[in-house]
Amino acid sequence: MSAPLLSIRDLSVSYTTRTGPVPAVRGVDLDVAPGEVVALVGESGSGKSTTAHAVVGLLPRGGRVDGGEIRFGAHDLATAGDRELRAVRGARIGLVPQDPTVSLNPTKRIGAQVAEVLRVHGLAGRREAAARVVELLERAGLSDPAVRARQYPHELSGGMRQRVLIAIAIAAGPELLIADEPTSALDVTVQRRILDHLDTLTRELGTAVLLVTHDLGVAADRAQRIAVMSGGRIVEVGPTEQVLSDPRDPYTRRLLAAAPSLAVARRSPAAVAPALREADPLVEVEGLGKDYPLPRGSGPRVLHAVRDVSFTVERGRTLALVGESGSGKSTTARMVLRLTEPTTGRIRFDGEDVTAARGADLRRLRRRAQLVYQNPYASLDPRFSIEEVVTEPLRAFGIGDRASRAARARELLDRVSLPATVLGRQPAELSGGQRQRVAIARALALSPELVVCDEPVSALDVSVQAQVLELLAELQEDTGVSYLFISHDLAVVRQVAHTVVVMRGGEVVESGTTEALFTSPTHDYTRELLAAIPGATAPTAGGTR
Amino acid sequence: MGGSATGRYVLRRLAQAVVVLWAAYTVSFLVLDALPGDPVTAMASAGMDSGAVDQEQLDQLRAEYGYDDPMLVRYLDHLGSAATGDLGDSVATGRPVVDTIAQALPPTLQLAGAALALAVLLGGGLALVATYSRRRWLRQVLLSLPGLGVSVPTFWVGLVLVQVLSFQLRLFPAFGNSGPSSLVLPAVTLAIPTGALVAQVLAKSLLTALDEPYVQTARAKGAGRARVHLSHALRNASLPALTVVGLLAGQLLANSVVVETVFSRDGLGRVTAGAVGSQDLPLVQGVVVLGALVFVLVNLAVDLVYPLLDRRIVVAGGRRSLA
Repeated sequence: MSAPLLSIRDLSVSYTTRTGPVPAVRGVDLDVAPGEVVALVGESGSGKSTTAHAVVGLLPRGGRVDGGEIRFGAHDLATAGDRELRAVRGARIGLVPQDPTVSLNPTKRIGAQVAEVLRVHGLAGRREAAARVVELLERAGLSDPAVRARQYPHELSGGMRQRVLIAIAIAAGPELLIADEPTSALDVTVQRRILDHLDTLTRELGTAVLLVTHDLGVAADRAQRIAVMSGGRIVEVGPTEQVLSDPRDPYTRRLLAAAPSLAVARRSPAAVAPALREADPLVEVEGLGKDYPLPRGSGPRVLHAVRDVSFTVERGRTLALVGESGSGKSTTARMVLRLTEPTTGRIRFDGEDVTAARGADLRRLRRRAQLVYQNPYASLDPRFSIEEVVTEPLRAFGIGDRASRAARARELLDRVSLPATVLGRQPAELSGGQRQRVAIARALALSPELVVCDEPVSALDVSVQAQVLELLAELQEDTGVSYLFISHDLAVVRQVAHTVVVMRGGEVVESGTTEALFTSPTHDYTRELLAAIPGATAPTAGGTR
Repeated sequence: MGGSATGRYVLRRLAQAVVVLWAAYTVSFLVLDALPGDPVTAMASAGMDSGAVDQEQLDQLRAEYGYDDPMLVRYLDHLGSAATGDLGDSVATGRPVVDTIAQALPPTLQLAGAALALAVLLGGGLALVATYSRRRWLRQVLLSLPGLGVSVPTFWVGLVLVQVLSFQLRLFPAFGNSGPSSLVLPAVTLAIPTGALVAQVLAKSLLTALDEPYVQTARAKGAGRARVHLSHALRNASLPALTVVGLLAGQLLANSVVVETVFSRDGLGRVTAGAVGSQDLPLVQGVVVLGALVFVLVNLAVDLVYPLLDRRIVVAGGRRSLA
C-alpha cells in the first residue's frame, strides 16, 4: 500500500448535549490510500457518519473534535481553520450526501448548483462553467444534460438527483470522495445502477472513496477494505474478503449474520406452520384497481396507480408485495384494509365480500385486519404512554375494563419480548426496534387474523431488522395470523414470505412461491431486482449459499 | 406555467376578491346595524346644539335617510348602490364616503408604504445579522430585540420619538403632513411592530434553513459563510417572511389609526377614528370595505411572488400547491 491519502489517528469527537458532552467517536485510526475504496460499516449511532463528517469539518451542530489528527496531504483537518477547510472542501474532497431528495437547494437550477463548485474555487468563469456543467452531468450518467441543467431539483427523480450530487462531488476533480450512505434513500435497482456508475467513475478518475454504509452487502460489493465501527470505535478493519470470510470480532460476526442480503434464508418460511394450511383462503383479491384523476391539461385524464391486481392470502401464511416506489404496493395494501377506496375489483375477507362494506361490517373488518407502519418513530403518539398505545385498539372497540386491558397490555408486551416496565414509558424513551415491537403489540391487541406490515423493518438497523423479522415469524407460528408484507427489499422478503407478488408501475409482473421466484424468476424485472440485492456475489463466513 | 394559465388564475382570484368584499360589506353592515343608536341620533346630538330636536324631526330625518325601513330593505338598497361604487354619504359631513376616503387615502398609503419598506429592511437586516453572527452574545441580544419591538405599544414609541428626536434634538417635525421629513417619525413608529414580526419569522426560518441538508451540500462545495447565508438559506427562508408581510399589511392600516392620531397627521386613520367617534356608519363601513380590498390585493400580490422564489409552487391549477 502506498502512502495514505487520508490518515486519521486517534480521532475523538463528542456532541454537546444538555446533560454534558457525549462521546460519539473514540480513538479512531483509519487510512485511505490514493484510489482506494474503503467502506466504513456500522449501525446507527456507531459513529461512522460522524467520523466521515469530521474529515471535512462538517459536524452537525454541537459536534466537536476533541483530539486526534486528520492528515490529508499537508493539512491537518482536525485543527484546520475555516479558510483552510474551505479550500479543501469541494476542490480536493467531494461529499456525496445521504438523502438526494433534500440535499439540493429547491430554489436553484441544477446547472447553477453544479457550477457553484467551479465558481467558488475559481476553476471556471461563468460561461466556461456552464459548458463544464453539461459535461459533468453527462459524466454522472444523466441523459439530456443540457436540459437537466436548466431544471429545478423537484423536476428530477431521486436517482437523477443523486447523479447531480455526484456531478457536484466530482466537479473539481477531488482526490477523495466521501459517500455517506449515498443510496440508502433510493430504490434497489436505482441504488445498484448509481453505485455501479460511481465505481466506474472513481476508477477512471483514480479517486479514493470513503464509503459510509450500514449495509455490509453494499460494502462487500464495492470496497477493497472494510472498517467496522461500533460504539464509536473501529472494532475490525481489513481487506474485504478477510473481514467477510474470517471475521475476528464478535460484533462483525453478528452484523454478518444479521445482514439480510448476505444471510441465507435462516428460517425457511415454507416450513413454518404447515399444519395451519387450509383450503379456504383468508383474503382474496380480484382485479383490484385504483385510478387517480390527473389535473386538467394535456395528457391522460387519470393515473392508473394500481391495475388489475389479483392474489390470495392463505391463513397463517405470509404474502409479500414487492416493488419499488410508485409500484402501487402500498396503495394495494391500503385498499385491502379499506383505507383507500378501490376503483375496480373485489376484495373478499374470510369468504365475505368487503369491497363495499360500511358501518358495522367495516368496523368488524377493522377489528380483524390491522396495520404495522414503516416508521416506528412516527406511528406512535408521542404523548401516549406505551400502555395507552398498546391498549388503544381495545378502548376503541370498548373491550374489557381498565384492569383487564392493563393485563392484556402486559401479556402483549411479553409476546413481543419487551419487559412490563416499558408500559409506563413514552415512545421517545425507546429505541427504534423497541418501538416497532410496540407497534406490533398494538396490531395484535385485537387478535386480528390479518396484519398488513408496510415496510416494517426498513427504518431499522440490520441487526434489529433480523430480530423483528424473527419475532413476526414466531408470532405467526403461535397465533396463525396471516401477513400481507410490503417491501422493496427482496432480501428481507426471502426470509419471511411464503408467496411473493412482484409489482411494477401498478401492475403485477410476476407472482409465485418464494422458492420458485428466487430460483427461477421468469420476468426480466424480477431478475433485475434479484441482481440488485447487494452482496449477492460476496463470499460469506457461512458459505452455505 | 403558461402566461394564459397565470392570467386565468389572477382572474379567478379577483372573482374571489369580489366575494370577500361582499362578505366584508355584509358582516360590517350587520354588526353596525346591531349597535345601539343610529346616525340620526348621533347627528342630532352632535350637530345641532340649538336645543332639543323633537321626536317628530328625528323621525323625519330617519325617513329621509331611509333608517326606518326594515333591515333587509336597507341592506339590499345599500348593497345595490355599493355595487355601483356609491357607498353613501357621510352622516357627519354630508360628503360622499368614496370622496372622503379617496382624499384621506394618499397620505396614509405614503405612511404605510414607507413603514412597510422600513419594516422589511430593518427586520430583514436584523434577522440576517443575528443569524450570521458567530458571537453568541451578539446573536442573543439581536434575537431578543424583535420580542421587545412587538411588545411595546405603538403610541408609547411615538411619544418617545417625538419627545427625543423632535422636541429635544429638533431633527424632525413632530406633527403634520409637511414634506418627507414629517413622514420619518410616524413611519418609524409604524414600522417597529411590523419589522419586529418580520425579523422574528425570518430569523426563525433562516435558522431552520441553515440546518437543511442542502446547506451542508453547499458547505461541502467549499462555499463561504456569506455565500451559504445569502445565496442558499435566505431565498428558502424568505417564503414564510413573505407570508407574514402579506398578513401585516392589514395590521399597518389598523395601526395607522393610532400613529396618525399621535402625530396629528391627516389620513385614513384619523378619518376612521373620527367616523367611529361620531357613529358615522356609512363612513365606517366604507373603511371596512377598503381594508378588505387592500388585504385581498396584497395577498394576491404575495401569492404571485411565491412561484418566483420557489419553482415548486405552481399558481396555475386553481390553487397554490406543492408540485
